Amino acid sequence: MTDIVPPTADEMREIIAAHQGLEGPLLPILHAMQDTFGYVPEDAVALIADALNQTRAEIHGTISFYHDFRRAPAGRHVLKICRAEACQAMGGAQLAAATLGKLGVDWHGTNANGAVTVEPVYCLGMCACAPAAMMDDRVAARLDEAGMGELLAEAGA
Amino acid sequence: MKIYVSRDSAAKAVGADRVATAIEAEAIRRGEQIEMIRTGSRGMVWLEPLVEIDRGEGRMTFGPVAPGDAAALLDGTLEGHGPTEEIPFFARQTRLTFARCGVIDPLDLDAYAAHGGLAGLRRALEMTAEDIVEEVKTSGLRGRGGAGFPTGIKWDTVRKAEAEQKYIVCNADEGDSGTFADRMIMEGDPFTLIEGMAIAGLAVGATKGYVYLRSEYPDAIAVMRAAVELGRRKGVLGGDILGSGRAFDMEIRAGAGAYVCGEETSLLNSLEGKRGVVRAKPPLPALEGFLGKPTVVNNVISLATVPVIFEKGAQHYADFGLGRSRGTATLQIAGNVKYGGLFETAFGLPLGEIVEEIGGGTATGRPIKAVQIGGPLGAYFPPEKFDTLFGYEEFDANDGLIGHAGITVFDDSADMLSMARFAMEFCAVESCGKCTPCRIGAVRGVETLDRIAAGEADALPLLTELCDTMTDGSLCALGGLTPYPVMSAVRDFPDDFARHKEAAE
Ligand SMILES: Cc1cc2nc3c(=O)[nH]c(=O)nc-3n(C[C@H](O)[C@H](O)[C@H](O)COP(=O)(O)O)c2cc1C
Ligand code: SF4
Ligand code: FES
Ligand code: FES
Repeated sequence: MTDIVPPTADEMREIIAAHQGLEGPLLPILHAMQDTFGYVPEDAVALIADALNQTRAEIHGTISFYHDFRRAPAGRHVLKICRAEACQAMGGAQLAAATLGKLGVDWHGTNANGAVTVEPVYCLGMCACAPAAMMDDRVAARLDEAGMGELLAEAGA
Repeated sequence: MKIYVSRDSAAKAVGADRVATAIEAEAIRRGEQIEMIRTGSRGMVWLEPLVEIDRGEGRMTFGPVAPGDAAALLDGTLEGHGPTEEIPFFARQTRLTFARCGVIDPLDLDAYAAHGGLAGLRRALEMTAEDIVEEVKTSGLRGRGGAGFPTGIKWDTVRKAEAEQKYIVCNADEGDSGTFADRMIMEGDPFTLIEGMAIAGLAVGATKGYVYLRSEYPDAIAVMRAAVELGRRKGVLGGDILGSGRAFDMEIRAGAGAYVCGEETSLLNSLEGKRGVVRAKPPLPALEGFLGKPTVVNNVISLATVPVIFEKGAQHYADFGLGRSRGTATLQIAGNVKYGGLFETAFGLPLGEIVEEIGGGTATGRPIKAVQIGGPLGAYFPPEKFDTLFGYEEFDANDGLIGHAGITVFDDSADMLSMARFAMEFCAVESCGKCTPCRIGAVRGVETLDRIAAGEADALPLLTELCDTMTDGSLCALGGLTPYPVMSAVRDFPDDFARHKEAAE
């Protein structure tokens, strides 16, 4: 999913230019960076600051505010497990604990073979078919340990 | 033969795509002609993957269907639930906002129009801005995002503001656990939101709209983007909407995983590309909103309800409901419940009827212990309070709130001290950091609850004090309302706080 070769300044400038004309272009730029490279590269900060006429501290501040943006590449897949109330009501906390244990990681951690990074998420809108998780952009619900095992196997974890 | 399978992400999350593929493959194997239509959700999530078949006698429901059921389904030997609209869960509803959801292909604009779509916008195009606002006031519509502010009054403020540019911003951040109505309508009937935003634009003189849609909903983002694209091509959006010479266009923007960005001023900061910190009010967003311009910020369901108000007339809508809660509530029945899903009905049902009769009790078959209404900032209700009627004032009078109408059921295995701790933890994780009572208080709250769990009974008054400080000293409802779930747990489930004490002794 992620590219190990760091992106070039030109690639990043192209992304910035594609969104610069929007009203409030910063989040669309950051999302496009992360969609393309898997993370928001450190070198992008100065380029974005320059293009948007903001300070680097402002851009840093915005990036760090949001749970979505990562500063370094994740594993090949990102698994988001719902921790919120409706999933808890259906055993979500136990499922999350079992999954973390199986992968040998804590929240935000990446498993040993680099296949999966696990993140907490607070509701996926699957509250009537809980518990739920999302592998990259694909949601899975009514999960049990077997269902989670299938997701992990597909991801190569 | 027509076959309908939902493309709603909850349906897909439990295998609807695999079921649709299996049915198509089976039809090809038999050389049988079928027309497969991928719709939004009928709201009966417990029956997903739900398949409807129309052999010329109306739509019949089957579900949950497994891919292996394809042959029996086409043979006509699979046991089903009969005509969809006669299933009690469906038949008991009053579907206004969700009238088309699950019925049509969400991206078929002709089907949309054939089922009443665009009639409201056409009517609004013939009205003055003042009359449009008046119609919304008459409907009694109140904000469905949580605060319940009258939508018409908000629109009137923006209408009267003088500015070259005004905006309609749709709050599609839907961060509350137990809620999915916004997601379901955006995935299942996106044009109703687009139409509602266009009407709002006509009402206040705004030509540009944004939908701030949480990144946790990639399917909804994709459907909304496709619908906006199609709307532009077909002249529903753009410089000349429906050939009227009037302009309205919109964009879909993805959030970035911050719960607090559902708060309207935080949302506006985020949309502008800033940290999603809450702004002090005044100024109201209605006067100084997006980029400092007058802005309507409304929840998805508020805006998506506007078309039916104009299609059927404000009075038709206002005739449903209870007290000052007019029209329908789009209940989301969730958590540990047998019949979970979306249930649209006039305000006024008793909570107990919603969870026990409509919801069928718990999925595990154990007794209901608690029901959280209104998401992570909503109170936990014990069965003793099940006679509370579903309405803004009625819940307020019982130390609760209806919020975005999410209803999360817990069975008797739930530990309310853990739930209180989670509420504090969530507040700590999601705090925007602006106020000390919220940022620091929530962390203290987690610690205090851990002390109570460890048997320190004298920590309980401390928790109460902390909650009072958060209630009084927080700028927004994240810090201000986190005490609701916490204190309702303490108040109504004292055993869970005392038991820990005994265990430690
Ligand atoms: C912490 C917090 C989170 C909120 N989240 C949402 C949300 O996800 N969706 C929403 O429509 N309103 C949310 N609100 C309420 C909004 O601030 C605002 O009242 C609403 O968008 C107004 O629209 P309405 O009048 O149509 O309800 C939230 C408020 C707070 C304090
Ligand atoms: S109460 Fe919490 S989330 Fe709300 S403004 Fe204050 S610090 Fe931010
Ligand atoms: S609480 Fe987990 S999907 Fe809503
Ligand atoms: S900082 Fe003043 S109210 Fe929060």
